[in-house]
Amino acid sequence: MEELIKIIDKNGLVVAFLLVGLLTWLTDLFSKKILNSRVPGSAIAIFLALAFGYLGGVIGKGENGLADLGLFKGLALLGGSMFRDFAIVATAVGASFLLIRKSGLLGLISLLLGILVFFVAGVAMAWAWGYRDAVSLCTIGAGACTYIVGPVTGGALGASSEVIALSIGTGVVKTIAVTIFTPILASKIGLSTPSAAMAFGGIMGTSSGVAAGLAATDPKLVPYGAVTATFYTGLGCLVCPSLFFLMLDWIF
Amino acid sequence: MIKGLAFLSISFILGMWTGELLGSWLGIHANVGGVGFAMIFLILSKEYFTRRGWWKSELEFGIEFWNKLYIPVVIAMAASLNVKSAISSGTLAIFAGIVPVIIAFAVFYFMMKSFKTT
Repeated sequence: MEELIKIIDKNGLVVAFLLVGLLTWLTDLFSKKILNSRVPGSAIAIFLALAFGYLGGVIGKGENGLADLGLFKGLALLGGSMFRDFAIVATAVGASFLLIRKSGLLGLISLLLGILVFFVAGVAMAWAWGYRDAVSLCTIGAGACTYIVGPVTGGALGASSEVIALSIGTGVVKTIAVTIFTPILASKIGLSTPSAAMAFGGIMGTSSGVAAGLAATDPKLVPYGAVTATFYTGLGCLVCPSLFFLMLDWIF
Repeated sequence: MIKGLAFLSISFILGMWTGELLGSWLGIHANVGGVGFAMIFLILSKEYFTRRGWWKSELEFGIEFWNKLYIPVVIAMAASLNVKSAISSGTLAIFAGIVPVIIAFAVFYFMMKSFKTT
């Protein structure tokens, strides 16, 4: 047993692969068998991970959630800024230049409109909850865009770990909300054609939420929603910590 | 595989560098949009390579691996965050997650309506 603990201690990153893999496997199974894929497995996994992070904070009394416990310290490396940013950049490979040009003006307008709507609404909510400094407001507003734009923005602006965690929580809630509301509201809002799906992907932005929501509505619409949604996070990462932050900083 | 990874890495480094330069140019001590620039570099250089006929599926494999890894990375990140302190203002995460979605559904509805009439 002592030997095993030594191995676990020495190979934190490999242990982190195992932990995340196991969690994903279980949540995917849970999503498919019990929830009929209504909520994507990845969204459940992220929510559970946040819950484990909470438990880790209670037990370890540190600032790094579950990663403060020796057994799980590799999670801090796998979830650190280097791997995170590198993996996010890699997602851009799935977007084809030709399809983006085809989605054209409507897609672009919906993207800009979508980021603006979520950012402004997110900032307004944060303001209503008592946040007044531009860095925290911007991070939470970015979190209302997606759970990736939030931490990327917070990391760039030097927001506190609590605010970054809050922005991720906000983004995860958004993913789940989009997933659940899309099939319910699709017929009422005219979401039935490929071009409507492209605009929808641009406005909602969360790739996993849009993909899961459209899959539950009409699987044929999924690629059209995804092609604009893949740009949302990149565009959000570009404008939230720069243009939007400068505007907030100027206001507050 | 490793060539694709190198391709991704150069886009990443250049993007981060651009973000860093833009940050110091704007007078903010932060990386501004480095990830976004890196994504743009990756898309444009991939497009250039594809047009020249230099893009091989072997290259894509190295990048695709990291593309698939991003959700696991986010899961690991979520588990290593200071959730305990965030939970004290937890209702904000729920409201800031749901309310903008409802607004966005309304915006989408009106956008599709005005798009059809024009």
